[in-house]
Amino acid sequence: MSNKARASLTRSSLVHLALIAYTLVSVFPVFLTIINSMKDRNAIFRNPMQLPTATTFDLVGYTTVLGQGDFSTYFQNSFIVTVAAIALVLLFGAMAAFALSEYRFRGNTMMGLYLAIGIMIPIRLGTVAILQGMVATGLVNTLTALILVYTAQGIPLAVFILSEFMRTVSDDLKNAGRIDGLSEYAIFFRLVLPLVRPAMATVAVFTMIPIWNDLWFPLILAPSEATKTVTLGSQIFIGQFVTNWNAVLAALSLAIFPVLVLYLVFSRQLIRGITSGAVK
Amino acid sequence: MSDIPSSHDAAVPIRRPVRWHIGIFLLPAFIVYSAVMILPLIETLRLSLFNTVDGQSTFVGLGNFKVLFGDERWAASFWNALKNNVVFFIIHMLVQNPIGVALAAMLSLPKLRFAAFYRTAIFLPTLLSFVIVGFIWKLILSPIWGVSPYLMDLVGLKSLFAPWLGRPNSALVAVSLISVWQYVGIPMMLIYAALLNIPDEVIEAAECDGVTGWSQFWKIKLPLILPAIGIISILTFVGNFNAFDLVYTVQGALAGPDGSTDILGTLLYRTFFGFQLQLGDRSMGATIATVMFLIILAGVSLYLFVIQRRMRRYQF
Repeated sequence: MSNKARASLTRSSLVHLALIAYTLVSVFPVFLTIINSMKDRNAIFRNPMQLPTATTFDLVGYTTVLGQGDFSTYFQNSFIVTVAAIALVLLFGAMAAFALSEYRFRGNTMMGLYLAIGIMIPIRLGTVAILQGMVATGLVNTLTALILVYTAQGIPLAVFILSEFMRTVSDDLKNAGRIDGLSEYAIFFRLVLPLVRPAMATVAVFTMIPIWNDLWFPLILAPSEATKTVTLGSQIFIGQFVTNWNAVLAALSLAIFPVLVLYLVFSRQLIRGITSGAVK
Repeated sequence: MSDIPSSHDAAVPIRRPVRWHIGIFLLPAFIVYSAVMILPLIETLRLSLFNTVDGQSTFVGLGNFKVLFGDERWAASFWNALKNNVVFFIIHMLVQNPIGVALAAMLSLPKLRFAAFYRTAIFLPTLLSFVIVGFIWKLILSPIWGVSPYLMDLVGLKSLFAPWLGRPNSALVAVSLISVWQYVGIPMMLIYAALLNIPDEVIEAAECDGVTGWSQFWKIKLPLILPAIGIISILTFVGNFNAFDLVYTVQGALAGPDGSTDILGTLLYRTFFGFQLQLGDRSMGATIATVMFLIILAGVSLYLFVIQRRMRRYQF
């Protein structure tokens, strides 16, 4: 019996060792970037592994970034695009999901399949014609172009996840609402939407990450100074300052920061969303 | 396919009022999705059959594809990009997904302490943008900074260090492994979820029969999570054949050194948008996008109609 206990102890320490090793592999690069962004140039090269000390502490990278790049504009653009796209994805996606899960009508399955194409086929493949369309409508170099593209990109998965959840809302509740004379719109907005709020949060997190991180569409549809997103802005800034290590490390740290904060706030939601089988 | 329901429902002979609300609920999603996604996709496929001849857009049939596959200016870079893309995908399948499965198997062990911490930390890179990931690794692998030689020295492997990103024969592997580092969290999470869904009774029955540890994983758990492995494989396939950002941030639009990291996404970008002296070519861009579409469609169809059908679904 004691043999068995020792074996299981060995096994669990091996598992911990492996997990700690991999955790270091995933976190170390981020950690290294952040500590070095706060050191002076000499210390970055001489002792990359050392934490900033009183003598090597230097924020010159941050002052360069904030003085040179127009990061507040980029940040604002990313924020507007992400929030507007998520809001539209949630509203339009929930409405369509409600129609598909609540009513039986001819073409229901067809419409469901049509909207599901976008889960697997990436919107990027239509870029040639998307750019053409944006040029024709004069939307190039506007945030509207990005918002429209990201809304279209997010709708398929949103409809898929939300309609799964809406099927679980009790029919009795909706029928009670109908008997009380609520319109179909009121049933949707006042009864169903509040009940699927957890699913909406999951969809919001899933939608947000690819939008915030996307480089392709900002590069092609909105590369102008006034419409750059943080991702594109830091890409170009780092490209220009590639020899100024302080500035590059500071720019990277600034770009990591919002993601890190959001992740720590939403990680529960995100992980629960994935593991609850939303993406089966 | 009508989104506005007809007033004559075949099943119900009684005349019902037109249910306009169904159309109104569906319309915004339908319009945005069709106008910004489906129609441009169809238009791109259509454009691949046209080219500019004497300043006029002319129907050329499969002419663009012939040029792409056979013309000496195009064929070399296309087949190179396709080959690199296949290697990129194979590395993901051989490294990312097994590591993901192994991590998930360890995380799902019962009564493992700090599981939430490990999970959160390992998933972190997946959320970072390609710009951050690309530049961080560019710095770490840079011989100027000396972080990698230093770390390799700690384990006595300093002599093996080389500027991997700068060498044509190792750059593609290096970029693929960076991408693996970033995305290992996705297979890990999906497999983890699948493992948690295995009912306790199955595991208990296995333990009663003396199947534990390794053989329990191989004989009991692995067959049960095969559907999830199928899903991560198809997600990896679609993601890899549509990849662009990481190569662009690490190696630039030229996907150097010497085109050794060029994949279909970067080739599409250069062709369609132009770079340096080369002008953008809409028709050839659309042709490459069409080839990517067909590759992805073939993969997705193979998955949906062959792999998923054959897989036994275990219902508990």
